[in-house]
Formats: sequence, structure tokens, C-alpha cells
Amino acid sequence: MDHVPENVLTAISLVFGLLALATILIVLKGAFFRADDHGELVRRLKSWWVIICLFSAAVVLDRTAAIILLCFVSFLAFKEFISLAPTRRVDRPVLFLAYLVIPIQYFWVYQYWYGMFIVFVPVWVFLIISVRIFVTSETSGFLRAAGTLHWGLMLTVFSLSHAAYMLALPKIDNPGAGSVGLLMFLVILTQLNDVAQYIWGRSIGGPKILPKVSPGKTWAGFLGGVATTAVAGYVISPYLTPFDGLHCLAAGAVIAIAGFLGDVTVSALKRDMGVKDSSNLIPGHGGVLDRFDSLTYSAPVFFHYVYFFLYGPMSLTA
Amino acid sequence: MARRLQFLFFLIVIRPVVYLLIGLNVRNWQRLPSCGPGIIVANHNSHLDTLVLMSLLPLKLLPKLRPVAAADYFLRNRMLAWFATNIIGIIPISRHGEDSDPLAGCYAALDAGDILILFPEGTRGEPEGKLGAFKRGVQILARNRPDIPVYPIYLHGLGKIFPKGAILPLPFCCDVHVGSPLTHKEKGDKFMAMLLAFYTATLEEGQFPEWR
Repeated sequence: MDHVPENVLTAISLVFGLLALATILIVLKGAFFRADDHGELVRRLKSWWVIICLFSAAVVLDRTAAIILLCFVSFLAFKEFISLAPTRRVDRPVLFLAYLVIPIQYFWVYQYWYGMFIVFVPVWVFLIISVRIFVTSETSGFLRAAGTLHWGLMLTVFSLSHAAYMLALPKIDNPGAGSVGLLMFLVILTQLNDVAQYIWGRSIGGPKILPKVSPGKTWAGFLGGVATTAVAGYVISPYLTPFDGLHCLAAGAVIAIAGFLGDVTVSALKRDMGVKDSSNLIPGHGGVLDRFDSLTYSAPVFFHYVYFFLYGPMSLTA
Repeated sequence: MARRLQFLFFLIVIRPVVYLLIGLNVRNWQRLPSCGPGIIVANHNSHLDTLVLMSLLPLKLLPKLRPVAAADYFLRNRMLAWFATNIIGIIPISRHGEDSDPLAGCYAALDAGDILILFPEGTRGEPEGKLGAFKRGVQILARNRPDIPVYPIYLHGLGKIFPKGAILPLPFCCDVHVGSPLTHKEKGDKFMAMLLAFYTATLEEGQFPEWR
């Protein structure tokens, strides 16, 4: 465990502390009050234990383990996507090819090859998938097949792989937390934002923000979530990221807004497909796609936020 | 020995494949049997059907699960026959009626408290969402053992994952709908109609994405 930066270990310990506290509260609440959603809360809590244990183990183990875990998350998310979306039987070989994209994309991360990482899915896969689809010479439904596959790969593979690329950022000046600190920051704040939006929304209610796509979401939930996450970002950021001051506050807000948009995007997808939860793999959370929906947006947005301020024209380190 | 191999094979190979590579979306899990005897009835699109159904129940019930399978197909060579009999635990039945009573093995298993897995379509049908005609085996078994519950299950997606003639399985999430158990004693002459009604209702109610 020597290679794990001290602040990252502290962050992991705090997350486990928070989880233990939540467990005690929910168990006590179940013992004294009869709430309708108690079973649902317990299932969510169990899932959180599994997710956090797996994630912490991967982060503590080494960079390769973390990349493999995130690659597996992409696989599960893409599988859920492709099970929801209409597909054509003739495209079976194309779907194999699409699955092959997942390990290759994470291989670029493992290789620290930023150029390939950033063009592989948007350019190469885009070109190749279309060719592979028309080779089967079934032109009826071509656009729908190609569009569906590429959209799914962009959301579940390309976007999510940005979380992993945090671990491959070069020459990062982040004493105390290293590149793992940035990944921890992203994941902790994204998940915290989900919880904060849920709690603010439930306790205040009020006008709905997007009644057509996500009838459960309110302006109070959204604004309360953004404020909570921005403040949390401001507090945590100096320990886990190279940012300070206004950059910390903005980092939290950026993750909160992107997380919200990711959540709504997956909701829109599910509404279009006429389902509620995308699979039952994670009890109480729906599927992997439901749990990591916010991360599909917050990962690339926060990644490019970091990239801009660390290496961009307004580089903090230069 | 064979039991231990079966246990290990399901624990190390089949369950991870079924739950991680494929992923099941089970409706009404609580309706599944917790003990034998019983008859699980399902539609048939893929060799994976049997393995998925066997993974739905707890591992301790594994030795009690007996898929009913065609003798001419699964006993066609010695290696496959050994695997089918010892690891999967099939009850081979003849499709061509050479035996005096092709269902004798099924009665024996039910009387020993086992849970049969039966595909009344008789063969892997056309995937997905089309149901072949049911053969009479279920009805005869249920009539002769009227107290034994029949558990109807509808599987969707396995014909996409591993259809007839495929070499590699393609990962998709699979839907498993478990119906309410029926006994012949309660339903009498309506038994077959009620069984079929479950399948037609599930096909209509489930919003399955297109695959053609």
C-alpha cells in the first residue's frame, strides 16, 4: 500500500466511515420506524458496500486493476445498452466487433497513449463500424444500426474511459494524492451529487425541472445538489486535486451539472425504449447503466476541465 | 466425484458466465421452487436455456435439477453423453418412441423428489418471441402426478446470445419471467390452457426490443 498516496487512503477511510454511519442510521431507522422504502434503502446500501469495496480494492491494488475494473464497468454498461436498443440479427458479427472496442479503448489508457485514446472511438470506430455494417449488404435500417451502435459506444465506452484516463495523465503535480486523487475526486463527487440531488429533491419538492424526461427531478433537487457538490468540492479539492480557490468550487459545480445531465440522458434513453431500470444486476439501483449514468457525463467533462487547466492555454502549472 | 465436479463447474464456470457475462433480469424470483419435487417448464431457443435455469436456483438444489433432454442428440457420442449425464444431470428421453414408456425416467426422478426441467417445444425454436407448439409430455406428467407444482418460465434473449448454430455467445442481458406455479389437481382440464396463457400474456406484456 506504500504506493497509494496518503490523502487517497484518508479519503477511502472517510468514505467507509460515511457508509458505516449510513448503515447504522438506516438500521436504526428500520428498527424504530416503519417506512415503506426501507427494503429499497437496504438493497441500495448493500450495493453501495459492494461497489465501494470493489472500487477501493482496485484503487489500492494498482493502476492496472483500476483500469480493468473500469473496463468491466464499460462492458456491463454497453451490454445493458445493446440489450435495450433494437438490433438486427444480421449485425451479430458487428456487435462482436463493438464489444472488441471496449478492451482496445482501455488498452490505450493502459499505454498512456492520449492521441489514440481520444480519436479511437470518435474517428476510427465511427469509420470502421459503418463499413462493417454495409459489408453485410443489408441496407434497410443501416442508419439506425450504425447510429445506435456508435452512440452506445460513445456513451458507455468512450465517455466512461475518461475516468480511467485520469490515471494516465502525464507529469501531474499533485503531491499527497497523485493522479488517483483526481479519479477519487470525480467518483466521490459524482456519487455524492446523486445522493444530494435525491435528498434535496425529496425534502423540498417544488416545481419539476424536466417533467417529460425525469418526472421525479425538481429545481430544488438540482440547485441543492449543485450547491452541495460545489461546497464539497471546495472542501475536498485541496486534498485530492492540484486546484485551489475558485477552481475547486467550479470543479464541484461542473461535476454536479454534468452528472445531472448524464442522469437525464440515460433517463431519456430508457423512456424511448419504454423501460424503467436497464437491468437488475445491482439490487436497488437498477442496472450498471442506471448507477453510472451520471459518470457518463461527469467523467469526460471533469477530465477536460482538468486537462484544460493543467495543460491548456491557461495552464496553472506553466 | 461427479457431483463435486458438477458443483465446481457451475460455481466456477457457469454462474460467472450467466450472472456477469450475460446478466439476468428476473421478474418474480420468489415464485421459483425452494425444494423438490417440481416441474420447471420453459421455452427453448438455445443450449444456454438449461444452464440459465439451473443457475436460477440455489446451488444446494443443483443435484436435484434434472433437465429432460433428447437421447439421440445428447447421447450421440461417449464424451457428450458423460458430460450430459454426470455434469448436467439430464434424464435422456427418446424422441422416436422406441421405449415402452419414454417418460419412465421422469416419473422415477419426480418420485425421488427431483425438479425436472422441461422444454415442451421439444427443440430449440425460432428466436425470439415466437413459441413453437407444445408437445404432450408436460400434460401427461402433470396428469399422472397431479400434486406436483409446474413452474412456467419465459426466457427472452438467449436466442440472441447463443442461437442454434452459433460458435460464440454474444453478451446480452436476458429476461426471465417466472409465472405462478400450477398443479393439475387445481386446474384439471384447464391445465394446458392456463400454462399456454402464461406464455401468450408474457409475450404481450414484455416490451422486448426488436431482433430480426
